[in-house]
Amino acid sequence: MSATILIWSVTIAQLFLLAAMACAVARMVIGPRAQDRVLGFDALYVCAMLLLLTFGIRTGTTIYFEAALVISLLGFVSTVALAKFLMRGEVIE
Amino acid sequence: MTHAADLPAWAALLTAFFVLLGSGLTLLGAIGLLRFGSFYERVHAPTLGTTWGAGGILIASIICFTVLQSRPALHEILIAAFVIVTTPVSLMLLARAALYRDRTENNDGVPAFEAESERAEEEAAQTSSAQKQIKGQ
Repeated sequence: MSATILIWSVTIAQLFLLAAMACAVARMVIGPRAQDRVLGFDALYVCAMLLLLTFGIRTGTTIYFEAALVISLLGFVSTVALAKFLMRGEVIE
Repeated sequence: MTHAADLPAWAALLTAFFVLLGSGLTLLGAIGLLRFGSFYERVHAPTLGTTWGAGGILIASIICFTVLQSRPALHEILIAAFVIVTTPVSLMLLARAALYRDRTENNDGVPAFEAESERAEEEAAQTSSAQKQIKGQ
C-alpha cells in the first residue's frame, strides 16, 4: 500500500520536474537576451537539484543528496559569475 | 522499492503530499518563466520553485528518511539553508545586471539613472545652504 503511494507520487513528481526543466530549457533557447538565458539556466539547475532529491526518496539512499548539494553550490557560483560577466564584461576584476 | 514497504501508511501519504506539492509549485514557476512577457516579470517566477518547491521536496525527504532510519535525518536542512541564502543573492545580482544593460542601451520601460538627478538635487541643496551661510554672515 505505502509502496504504491510512494512510487506513484514520486513518478508524477518526477514528470512534473521534467516538464519544468523543459520549460527552463525552452526559455534558455528562445530567451531574447542574455539575462533571460541565465535566468533559464538558474531555474534549470534548481529543477535538476529537486529531481535528484526525488531520486533519493525513490531509491532510499542518501548518495543523491550529496549530488544535489554539489549541484546547488556550483549552480549558485555559476549564476553569480554570469551575472558579474553581464554587468562588467569580466568575472574577476 | 524495497524500502517503501517498510514505511507506515501515514508517512507515505505525507511524503506523497509534500513531493507533489513541491514539484507542482516548481512546474508552475517554470511555466511562469516561459509565459511572462518581460525579463523583470520573469525573474519572479522561478523563486516559486526555490521557496516552496524546494521546501516541499526537502520536507518530504526529511519525513521519509526520518521514518526509514528511525532517527532524525536533518541533513536536508543544509540544502534548505543554502538555497534560502543564495537565491536572493543570485537573482538580485542578475536583475541589477539586466537593469544596467537596459539603462546603458536606453531601452523603453526602464527608469533612467537615478544618480544624475540625485547629484543635481545634492548640488542644489549645497548651494542653497551656502547662500544661507553667506546671508547669515
